[in-house]
Amino acid sequence: MIQDIDVKAMKKNAFRVSKERGMTASRVRVPGGLVSAKSMARIVEIAEEYGRGEIFLTNRQGVEIPGIHMEDMPKVNEKLKTIIEDTKINQEDTSQGYLASGTRNVVACPGKRLCPFGCYDTTAFAQRMDHEIFPNNRHVKVAFTGCSNDCAHVALNDFGIIGMTEPQYDPNRCIGCGQCVDWCQRRSVSALRLEKGKVVRDEDRCIGCGVCVVYCPTRAWTRSPEHYFRVKIMGRTGKQNPRLAQDWLRWVDEDSIVKIVKNTYAFIEEYIDPNAPEGKEHIGYIVDRVGFDEFCEWALKDVELPEKCQRATRVYWDTKRYDRDNNLR
Amino acid sequence: MGYVLDGEGLDGLVRELARDYLVFAPVRKVGAGRFTDVDQVIYDFVDDASQIELDVKSDYSFKELLTPLSQTLFYYTEDQVREAGGIGAAGDPAREGDARDVLVLMRACDLHGVKRLDAMYLHNGPEDSFYRRIRDRVHFVLLGCPQTFEHCFCVDMGSNVAPDNWEFSLERSDEGYACAVANESLRPLFERYATASRDVVPAHVTQNEVHVRVPKTVPLELRTSPVWDEYNHRCIGCGRCTLVCPTCTCFTMQDVAYTENGRVGERRRVQASCMIDGYSTVAGGASYRKQHGERMRFKVLHKVYDFRQRFGYDMCVGCGRCDDVCPEYISFAACVNKLSDAVDEWDAQHEGSVARDA
Ligand code: HEM
Ligand code: SF4
Ligand code: SF4
Ligand code: SF4
Ligand code: SF4
Ligand code: SF4
Repeated sequence: MIQDIDVKAMKKNAFRVSKERGMTASRVRVPGGLVSAKSMARIVEIAEEYGRGEIFLTNRQGVEIPGIHMEDMPKVNEKLKTIIEDTKINQEDTSQGYLASGTRNVVACPGKRLCPFGCYDTTAFAQRMDHEIFPNNRHVKVAFTGCSNDCAHVALNDFGIIGMTEPQYDPNRCIGCGQCVDWCQRRSVSALRLEKGKVVRDEDRCIGCGVCVVYCPTRAWTRSPEHYFRVKIMGRTGKQNPRLAQDWLRWVDEDSIVKIVKNTYAFIEEYIDPNAPEGKEHIGYIVDRVGFDEFCEWALKDVELPEKCQRATRVYWDTKRYDRDNNLR
Repeated sequence: MGYVLDGEGLDGLVRELARDYLVFAPVRKVGAGRFTDVDQVIYDFVDDASQIELDVKSDYSFKELLTPLSQTLFYYTEDQVREAGGIGAAGDPAREGDARDVLVLMRACDLHGVKRLDAMYLHNGPEDSFYRRIRDRVHFVLLGCPQTFEHCFCVDMGSNVAPDNWEFSLERSDEGYACAVANESLRPLFERYATASRDVVPAHVTQNEVHVRVPKTVPLELRTSPVWDEYNHRCIGCGRCTLVCPTCTCFTMQDVAYTENGRVGERRRVQASCMIDGYSTVAGGASYRKQHGERMRFKVLHKVYDFRQRFGYDMCVGCGRCDDVCPEYISFAACVNKLSDAVDEWDAQHEGSVARDA
């Protein structure tokens, strides 16, 4: 049998080139990591019918079905149709499998739907973001986490979105029991202190995690009606210069974040290394090359940050450059 | 004799009542819960029927009116003391000068709860003047209970039928709303807003899902019963169970000096809880009941035993709020039942001997 396959097109179509000749793996996109049982059953079906009855759960909450013969890709794509529709992937033609694979699955922790500490609906925001930035071939990683605990490890992403609430204090309901002070110290950043029987919050130190709200027994602390976010940028793993994303914005709103991430695609188009392998380059390397101010200019185009939002005008990522120094000290 | 009202009628009624009275009712506070976008039903002043939450049990009780979570009692300067005025929470200037009487909407269990608060603040040694000051202005509106809520055990505590101290009752009915009117002077008002008049008997529950068996007597030996031990590791000592309770009356004092020489300031009283650290701390720093199991024992016995020794009836009215709120899923009701089992066991083992009461 002649095997003449456009591997570039195949990868774009979310099938992997595997080390076993002629075999591939189908990569199922699961925005926000939430998949219906019905679609999961479909994934199982594909794995049993075309794979070898195995499912690999990826790091980014996608699902990979290994052991698929390359000639079965069209049939797998047909089967993927209902999953693509069910997960509300943003593509009109749902019959050809996934139309892109560059922009990675958008990750989210369970957020407020499940977690007592979740400050917003991470799943819904992740799904909205996926809808805005997919299909797209540029290598962009976005992740959402419900609170500063960062269970979703958003600090390893180009854009890490962390939920915040601004605790609201009603002194009339406070009995001065000190539990919020104690828990903020034990579980968070020691932003509270008792003063004359009432609580004082250090607004600069407070990271908006909401731990005080969870533990206050009287509802003296409640959450702000607005959901706020902290945005960390340009985190990455990889060979040359892995590093954790650093704080850029805090107390920012949802719409601004969507605009910023979309704007970033134009920045990438303008400045990406034309020789980058497979047209993929971590955005952070581009930022390193062209400068942080230039990134800000592009990313913040037509974005009106809310008054409350605080923006770092300098961001430092201080980590090891393996491409320059691989010594163990 | 009672009345039937439609939505518009209730609106008008409440609006008119709110002119003559302060109206204190369960209100749905959007997003005020511990968790994101979870509501809480907390008592507050209303001037509109639409603000009143009729369909669920309030998370916190009416008692925040009679015994505020935090209340300034008086202010002092070098040589003067001025009693703080007002109603409700301290520092609520909007209502401090408001001398109107208060209508409080509450369910049967809570009405029984008022009797417990009265017992503690008015009939237990000298009267508490701050409590008396507000108590004299309070009148009650009974909220009927067509069905039990999840953790209620009012039937077993004998508080499912309201005492007779309410002015009128209010509950949903097929026609809209039904009210029984006990206070004759309110009749003209109802005549104006009702769509019809008919006999109305306020609904009350006769059956709860939760059953509680209260021990008749508790032998002193059960002070060290293993019943309490599990709470040493389960309970986090947060005090939510007592802060939501309509019958818990404990408070503590805060003397707050404004200036460095300490000669100007205020005295506040704030609610306290036998479950929270610091409750049993005495001068010199010693502390008793450090173990959460010991605190649970103290609370449970107060609720279903000690109070009865003094007043002749149990303190707990079976509203179930403590079981609704506990973050560690500790059930007060289950604990009372475990205690009763332990009492039975003790009785069986010591047949014929005379127990010394705890
Ligand atoms: C046989 C003698 C005494 C007995 C039985 C006794 C008993 C008590 C009791 C039961 C309390 C309440 C503890 C609490 O619930 O906080 C108390 C508090 C107190 N007693 Fe005594 N007491 C005695 C002698 C004294 C003496 C001689 C003094 C002072 C010289 C004193 C000073 C205090 C003080 C200051 C408190 C308040 C402690 C606090 O609430 O932090 N007591 N006492
Ligand atoms: S939100 Fe978090 S950091 Fe801020 S005061 Fe509350 S517990 Fe502390
Ligand atoms: S936990 Fe709540 S009641 Fe206790 S000190 Fe903090 S704000 Fe006040
Ligand atoms: S102990 Fe629990 S059930 Fe009893 S009155 Fe208090 S809150 Fe209600
Ligand atoms: S149970 Fe505890 S907080 Fe409640 S009244 Fe009794 S001693 Fe006070
Ligand atoms: S029983 Fe539950 S609500 Fe009460 S103090 Fe313990 S953990 Fe808190």
